[in-house]
Amino acid sequence: MKHRYLPMTESDQKAMLETIGVKSAEDLFSDIPESVRFKGEYKIKPAKSETSLMKELTLMAQKNADLRTNTSFLGAGVYDHYMPVIVDHVLSRSEFYTAYTPYQPEISQGELQAIFEFQTMICELTGMDVANSSMYDGGTALAEAAMLSAGNTRRKKVLISSSVHPESKEVVKTYAKGQYIEVIEIPQKDGVTDLDALNEMIGDDIAAVIVQYPNFFGRVEPLKELEEIIHAHKSMFVVSSNPVSLGALTPPGKFGADIVAGDAQPFGIPTAFGGPHCGYFAVTSKLMRKVPGRLVGQTVDDQGRRGFVLTLQAREQHIRRDKATSNICSNQALNALAASVAMTALGKKGVKEMAAANMQKAHYAKKQFKEIGFEIAFEGPSFNEFVIKLNTPVKEVNQKLLEKGIIGGYDLGRDFADLKNHMLVAVTELRTKEEIDVFVKEMGDYHA
Amino acid sequence: MHKEDQPLIFELSTEGRIGYSLPEMDVPETDLSELLPEGYLREEEPELPEVSELDIMRHYTALSKRNHGVDSGFYPLGSCTMKYNPKINENVARFNGFAHLHPLQDESSVQGALELMYDLQEHLIEITGMDEVTLQPAAGAHGEWTGLMMIRAYHEANGDTKRTKVIVPDSAHGTNPASATVAGFETVTVKSNENGLVDLEDLRRVVGEDTAALMLTNPNTLGLFEENILEMAEIVHGAGGKLYYDGANLNAVLSKARPGDMGFDVVHLNLHKTFTGPHGGGGPGSGPVGVKADLIPYLPKPVLVKKGGQYEFDYDRPQSIGRVKPYYGNFGINVRAYTYIRTMGPDGLKAVTEYAVLNANYMMRRLAPFFDLPFDRHCKHEFVLSGKRQKKLGVRTLDIAKRLLDFGYHPPTIYFPLNVEECIMIEPTETESKETLDSFVDAMIQIAKEAEENPEIVQEAPHTTVIGRLDETMAARKPVLRYQKQ
Repeated sequence: MKHRYLPMTESDQKAMLETIGVKSAEDLFSDIPESVRFKGEYKIKPAKSETSLMKELTLMAQKNADLRTNTSFLGAGVYDHYMPVIVDHVLSRSEFYTAYTPYQPEISQGELQAIFEFQTMICELTGMDVANSSMYDGGTALAEAAMLSAGNTRRKKVLISSSVHPESKEVVKTYAKGQYIEVIEIPQKDGVTDLDALNEMIGDDIAAVIVQYPNFFGRVEPLKELEEIIHAHKSMFVVSSNPVSLGALTPPGKFGADIVAGDAQPFGIPTAFGGPHCGYFAVTSKLMRKVPGRLVGQTVDDQGRRGFVLTLQAREQHIRRDKATSNICSNQALNALAASVAMTALGKKGVKEMAAANMQKAHYAKKQFKEIGFEIAFEGPSFNEFVIKLNTPVKEVNQKLLEKGIIGGYDLGRDFADLKNHMLVAVTELRTKEEIDVFVKEMGDYHA
Repeated sequence: MHKEDQPLIFELSTEGRIGYSLPEMDVPETDLSELLPEGYLREEEPELPEVSELDIMRHYTALSKRNHGVDSGFYPLGSCTMKYNPKINENVARFNGFAHLHPLQDESSVQGALELMYDLQEHLIEITGMDEVTLQPAAGAHGEWTGLMMIRAYHEANGDTKRTKVIVPDSAHGTNPASATVAGFETVTVKSNENGLVDLEDLRRVVGEDTAALMLTNPNTLGLFEENILEMAEIVHGAGGKLYYDGANLNAVLSKARPGDMGFDVVHLNLHKTFTGPHGGGGPGSGPVGVKADLIPYLPKPVLVKKGGQYEFDYDRPQSIGRVKPYYGNFGINVRAYTYIRTMGPDGLKAVTEYAVLNANYMMRRLAPFFDLPFDRHCKHEFVLSGKRQKKLGVRTLDIAKRLLDFGYHPPTIYFPLNVEECIMIEPTETESKETLDSFVDAMIQIAKEAEENPEIVQEAPHTTVIGRLDETMAARKPVLRYQKQ
């Protein structure tokens, strides 16, 4: 068998078998009982050469309507943002992407330092004290926040706002089942968490209240009022946040959040049909030793030189085993690197400018829709998304839009029975005035 | 800052520099304070660096030079399958039609992506011998937990609510017991016998009416095939439990034995190990789960189905454990794994295992005279040595690992599994040449000699890395987890 990934030659094989003292490679499998031996070959597609496989997969990729050749107004948790070209150049350094978890710090300082920088940037954006090295995604990060809260408060009920991303809510519920935690939804009113309902539902048995900021409908949640209600009952205040928005919005840390978790996908990470993205997890210093996942800390070597190591590992599964409070091992390190490079490129001024641009362009689009007679559901302060009411099913409109090279907004009727024919529109900084105008006009044509 | 320290990006920051090029602001602007309630417009700017594009590239290039990857050199980290990460995978994953798809687009506009996912599932079904596969879990541990949640749902659906215990061998990966805990189970440990295999007597002792499942890696973490697997399956199934396969070591048995044929009911795979999704410095991974027919109703939703040549997601799954991840899994890693499988084909995958096992046995035999070999039999894709002979000379396994750094190697996994004293666990993989294996073995032999003749050189290693041994106690006692501007 000759293959470009397999350097074994016949003479190597002969010499190696001799050293081992067996006649054939097959002898090395004599410990696998006949009764479980797989005979023959897998019935899978035969190998293809590099060129023909590239061609086949190029054609397969071309069957998809991608965000680079179409104009997207679809967000709902995953966003088409400015991706500095430099991000992919850094990621392509294979010293990063072909490395494993930095368990040997002397030869992993690059990765460790990059993660230390990532942790710092997440702390800066969220206004929190401590951030970990990443989670799988925003949804599972939120589930871990619920579990941490239940463990920390020794309470078994979690309230989650219905204005949190529906798929994140589902993930939180799946995890909660495992931990015998009850999850109850707080209704939304006018597109934000219903404070009156929350006041009625909360009590001293509630481990955490989870909200999203900006929320799934794009609205800015009243974190100040929420915090007062939640902390009056010593429940944990958990906020899921799009980090890009925190260039413009007062960070949840300022409002007294205990845990801020979310997805850093909007910073330099391709939408990639939903993954891999990059969950982040930030807490107050009080919760530092309860954080799930890996943490990188600063220290010194025997000569006093600064260096970085994985630290506080006593929390983690490979040490605590069945006493661990989280089972996460692999995380999203490479995507955390991508987010770091994007946050670095944007820097202090760029994140502010980018967040502002999202608000300006979304605000402009919202105004245009209103001008031609669309009703905006949940009118009020929002970031880069808003909800419009259509008089036809969203799916039908989106099919017509796609013929014009436009990927329309999210069909809220999929998740909310009372929001049939409501479209969640996302307008990021990438959309030009012309693209917005064309979109609004097309929508107006179908709306008539 | 020490003069030899690598500056943090924050320390390179200079007010007024920028590294970005945002799209033109071409819409009329409104004062942001008019768009937000009072107190919600951010006042303090986040302390992110202000650097030029060249500053960024130099910074990360410098960091990359302080990092060892498979492309830098041999990386025989046991249980992690640090094989070559093919470059075609990276190209394909970056195609616009894969990298820039939104997960909530209409299914009709992403048929190519769904086709790839479906075909990958079909390939994994054949490779594992299972009946159905989900691609939703993001990593191995996530797959373990998903599989255990399905087993729990299965028992509960049968009214079998007393099954609260998951059995794991003492040699298991740490994620196994941790995943069991997160899925709401208690963990029971089953001992290994003197041959490094699960002790059947002990297994018979611990199974019972409360057994939900046995989690097993096969070959196990010692690199040994659990040859009594059918008997184990009988014991566990006989007690009404399910058999869970941790696929971390699948690289050892491709085309030789399939988990489905060994009696396993659930299996997770680590596509970033056997199927070359790169490890990325710790992730992202991908941890698909395969199941036998009786567990199909409990698969996480949505489930990808094919109807009349079209692919779509089925959300109507009343017995599903629910969603385990937003969207459909780590698609980008799945694209890489699919590309790899299509590059290898059936005979290629067979050769992968044969060469991986041959390489491991060759190294084991060459090293056996110089280190203790706790289990003297054919290994599979990896093997363990014990450094107890060297320990008597005052040289610990940690010292040996650090000394290997001076030779330009990433050390093997050390102190795992826990049931071998001063454990050194070596996994060469099939993508390494005999010359590489020989050089590494020669370095190990030299270190064994140094331990006898000149132990200080080993005890004080590494000598050539950019930084020496780090004070981990200080890092944990006084944690500094972020940069603070002075």
